[in-house]
Order: sequence, then structure tokens, then C-alpha cells
Amino acid sequence: MAKNKTLSYFTNGILTENPVLRLVLGTCPTLAVTTTFMNGIGMGAAATMVLICSNIVISLLRNIIPQKVRIPAFITVIAGFVSIVQLLVKAYAPSIDKSLGIFLPLIVVNCIILARAEMFASKNSVLPSLLDGLGMGVGFTVTLAIMGLIREIIGTGQIAISESLTIPLTSAIGIEPMLIFILPPGGFFVFGLLIALSNKIAEKQGKKAVENIGCEGCPVKDCCSAKEEIEKEEEKND
Amino acid sequence: MTNKLIVSSSPHIHAPDTTRGIMFDVITALFPASAFSIVLFGWRAALLIAVCIASSVLFEYLGCKVFKTEVTIKNLSAVVTGLLLALNLPPSLAGKNIWMAVVGSFVAIFIVKQMFGGLGHNFVNPAIAARIVLLVSFPAQMTTYYAPFTNAVTEATPLANINASYGAKELLFGTHGGSIGETSVILLLIGGLYLIIRGVIKPIIPVTFIGGVALLSLIIGQDPLFAICTGGVMLGAIFMATDYVTSPATTLGKAIFGFGCALLTVIIRSGPAVEGVSFAILFMNLLVPHIDSITVRKPFGWEAPEK
Repeated sequence: MAKNKTLSYFTNGILTENPVLRLVLGTCPTLAVTTTFMNGIGMGAAATMVLICSNIVISLLRNIIPQKVRIPAFITVIAGFVSIVQLLVKAYAPSIDKSLGIFLPLIVVNCIILARAEMFASKNSVLPSLLDGLGMGVGFTVTLAIMGLIREIIGTGQIAISESLTIPLTSAIGIEPMLIFILPPGGFFVFGLLIALSNKIAEKQGKKAVENIGCEGCPVKDCCSAKEEIEKEEEKND
Repeated sequence: MTNKLIVSSSPHIHAPDTTRGIMFDVITALFPASAFSIVLFGWRAALLIAVCIASSVLFEYLGCKVFKTEVTIKNLSAVVTGLLLALNLPPSLAGKNIWMAVVGSFVAIFIVKQMFGGLGHNFVNPAIAARIVLLVSFPAQMTTYYAPFTNAVTEATPLANINASYGAKELLFGTHGGSIGETSVILLLIGGLYLIIRGVIKPIIPVTFIGGVALLSLIIGQDPLFAICTGGVMLGAIFMATDYVTSPATTLGKAIFGFGCALLTVIIRSGPAVEGVSFAILFMNLLVPHIDSITVRKPFGWEAPEK
């Protein structure tokens, strides 16, 4: 049982609480960078790296960081790791750095990372935090890769693995690619379809699709600290 | 929403209108323009119309099966969507790129209509949405127009062809390049008149839309007749913007909607884009719930509650 629970910290992030499709976090990089498969993988890997490191450090510091300034403290830790990752990507994968552009430094404000720091790492010990970061990161990466794959295949008719290696698919037999899929509307479109699909899968597993709005409808309402504060405010107003 | 619609007790007035009857009227109204498009553009127009209608009905059937709803192909709504989509496509699509028309039918019926719950639940006009998806996806193919009565001699539409001058007769009869069903102004107007006489549509949206485009073009110093007789203004204003599902319920709402379409059309046309009718209608479709909520009719004798 204990082993299963440890493992569930990891598997949680992949489907049941997939950050993009179930928690609907990190939508901005999801829509912006998934024009190609490799961009999706690159973005996912960079964010996973930051997520694991920041989860570990924040979990270690969870009893030291004062409650009232926790968000700036989290952001500082995250920003440190983003700088490291950014420099690494610049040095070893300059083509990915070029195609991700501003979205690489913007991982600092990626809400998946801040959300996991706030909801998980600041309340759990190091090993679960590491596994949670890894699981969420893998979930994020897999989702981005699938979105990138769909958009790149339909939108360009080929898959570009690197600058020199391109696998032609529909473009080889002369079918025009549907440009809309590598443009913003196509991103929203694929995103919506994947959310619908993940809702369907969750429904089959016996979980309700998210219908309520506000705090009650939030998939992370059980571990959200903002909810308590809002409730306190409401009591005061009453 | 449902508990706000109070149905009083019987007796009710029975109206003979059915979805099928209304859709049949729309098809009848589109018939002159469709037939003339075949005269203008030959087998290409015939092929486009046939393929769009056939694939729309097929996707309607498949959509109903996939989403496990009652199969609604008999109410002819898919035929109307397919026909409208075909009339919005350039003749150059008939040929090796005919599969693009099938993709358009898929977007219109399966995605815009069936995924959102079928007839009456589409959030935008299916044919307009499909046209825009195709236009954004295949910009080169979707803007290759042929001159009428020729075998694939390319000719720009009057809106794009700023050097040529067009006579009033040419514009009214539509003997120039364009989407297959949008050019013949007179036949579209006859269709619109038929729909108004039959009571299928109210004239308010076409009048505010077409009138608005004429007025606004006049203000910015363009020929108003040229502005309303070119591009998709007639087809859009009479047949697409008047879609029951995606237009406001009240007369005031309809007027706001029609004028909004006109304003956006003129604004988009004066920018780098050549034609803006479909984008204008799509955008106003999205605003319909908001227009409806600000133009709610007050019940007789209603007074504002005291604060």
C-alpha cells in the first residue's frame, strides 16, 4: 500500500491530474509552442527540469519560508532554476532555444510550477515532491508532444526532427497541409479536442467531468490554500 | 435557462411550420443562384454543389451516430449547410483539390454543428465557420477565382481587381469572378424576397446589413453600389446572417446585429484583407448571446424594481 501511494504521486500527474488537460494550467505555453513536435518536447523537458528542482528545494525549505511571503520566495527559487535551464538549453540545444524564444524564460511564471509549489511541495516531504514534479512534468511533456504532433502533421504535412532530418508524411503525396493547425485557432482547436477526450476517459474511470465553476468546480479544491482565505473573507463580509 | 421559458396551459396556436418546410424554402430560394452558378462556372460549380451537399449529409448521419442522437438528415438542414458552403467556395476548388470541400463539410457539420449538440446548438453559422477554416488553411487555393464562361482562366474578384472597372449590369448579373454563388446579385435578391414573402426570414437583418455597408462605404468615399454588389454581402446578408440559431431574437437585436456585420465588413475591407463578410458574420455570431441579453423585451406593464 505504501509503495502504491508513493507511486501514485508520480502517476497522478500523467492522467488523473494531468496539468494541462485536467487542471487546465500552463495554457499559454501549451498553445504557443506546440506548433511542432520537437518544440513541444523541448518545452516539456525544460519545464519538467525546473519543476523537479523547484519542488525539491521548496519542499526542503517548506518549514523555513514564512507563510506570508511564500509566493515571492517560490518565484525566486523557480527563477533561479529557469535561469540555469535557459543557459543549458542555449549552450547545448541552440535550435530549441531559438524556436522557443521568449517562452523559455517565461517558464518562471508557468502556473503549473507555481501551483505544484503552492499545492504540493510546500506541504509534503522531499520524495513525494520529487515524484509529483516528475509526474506533472511527464504529463505536461506528453500532452505538449501529442499536441505538437497533431498540429505539425496536419499543419505542415511532415515532422521535423532536427534541422537536417525531416520525415515527410502527407506532403510526400502532394496533399496540401491545413495551415490553420499551426496558427493559433488550430492550437485552441486541438486543445479543446484533447480536453474533451480526457474528460471522456475520466468519465469512463468513474470521475465526473468538471462542471461547476468557481472554487467548488476547481479540480484542486481540496488542497488549495486560497479557498480558506476566500471563505474567511466571505464570513467577514456576512 | 429552461425554467425561464414558461409555457402557458392549452389551448395553443398550432403553426404548420416544420424545420423541413423552412429548410425546403431556403433551398428553393437558393435555387436560382445555384442554377445560375452552374451556367457561369460550368461543371465545376455543379461538382462543388454535389460534393458539398453529399458530404454534409454523410457527416450529419455519421455525427448523429457518433454522438448517439436522433438521425436528423431528413430535416434537410445538412443539405442547406452543404449548399451554402458550396456557394461560398471558389470554382477553382473543383478539380484535384475537391477534397478541401469535403474537409469544409466536415468542419461545418461534424465540428461546428454536431459536436455542440446538433441543429439549434451550433454557436456560429456552420457554413461560415467552414469557409473561414478553409480560407485560413488553404489561402492560395481559396482565393484562386476563375472568370465565368471560361475553362479555368483565372480572374480576380472585383474587390481584389482594383484596376478594372465594372458596369452596373455586370455587377448585378454577376458575370465576373468570385465564389460560385455570391456573384449574381439579382438572383440572390429574388431568393431573399421569396424568403421574406414566405415569412421564413424577417427583412431586418438583410436591410441593416446591406444598407449599413452602402451607408458606411458612402461615408468613407467608396461607391456604395459597388460595395454591396461585390464579395459576399448579398449571399451573407440574406442567407447566412439570418440563420435563426446564430442571430438575435428581437428586432432591435437583429438591427444591432445587421449593422455590426456591416460595420465589421467595411472595416475589414478597408484593411489589408480583400473581403470581410464571412469574418464579420462569424464575429457577430459570437456576440449574439450578449446582444440578446441587452435587448431582452420588457413584459407589458413591467417596472424596474426599486433599489
